[in-house]
Amino acid sequence: MSVTLRYFAWVRERIGIPEETVDLPAEIATVGQLVGWLAQRGEEYAYAFENPAVIRAAIDRAHVTPATAVTGAREIAFFPPMTGG
Amino acid sequence: MAALVPTVRVQMERFDLGAEADKLSAGRTDVGAVATFTGICRGDENGQAITALTLEHYPGMVEEEIVRHAQEAATRWPLLGLTVIHRYGRIVPGEQIMMVATASSHRQAAFEAAEFLMDFLKTRAPFWKQVESSTGTDWVDAKQIDDAAAERWRYPYEERERS
Repeated sequence: MSVTLRYFAWVRERIGIPEETVDLPAEIATVGQLVGWLAQRGEEYAYAFENPAVIRAAIDRAHVTPATAVTGAREIAFFPPMTGG
Repeated sequence: MAALVPTVRVQMERFDLGAEADKLSAGRTDVGAVATFTGICRGDENGQAITALTLEHYPGMVEEEIVRHAQEAATRWPLLGLTVIHRYGRIVPGEQIMMVATASSHRQAAFEAAEFLMDFLKTRAPFWKQVESSTGTDWVDAKQIDDAAAERWRYPYEERERS
């Protein structure tokens, strides 16, 4: 499954790119599993996802949890806790 | 009565707080209270002087999140008007960052809805602040006190139904 991944704030800085398109292996079913898979793609990714508990995610622009299924997602975003307002 | 249509703008440009607040009661006599909140860029972060803030955002999602919470506020309180404006990009100390204005017949609904929106903007709207100082740049850490403030409205942190 091909999906667009987007990164924001220090997740983006650590990985070094704002977005990319990847082919997800079929065994990745959830957002949490995707984080684990990404963390193994290289040093930058390992650094960005070194503490999965603080990573927030959105699928197609709606907040999701690590248990959410990635099935059918077009765009998955990863970012730190939000600091607006 | 027509459903409330909130005004939501995410922009780089400055805004006029007074003009935006005035619009909520202009040409009508049913509004008895307008509450406004303005977030302003301070000149320090954690005791250290800063030269600027830069706000990054997730275009598209940020507007959808704000509209969703604005509509939620309109179902919880008898609001007659609602405006949320949030800037992004580089902002220097003393400049306005964002505003919320709520209009209702009486003050309690206006105050409460404004506070509700602020608590959720802090924790759910995809904005990230980076501070610039003489020692470089640093991302602002999310505050647990903000999470606790959002939590008291008992809004579940769970995924929205995906279409």
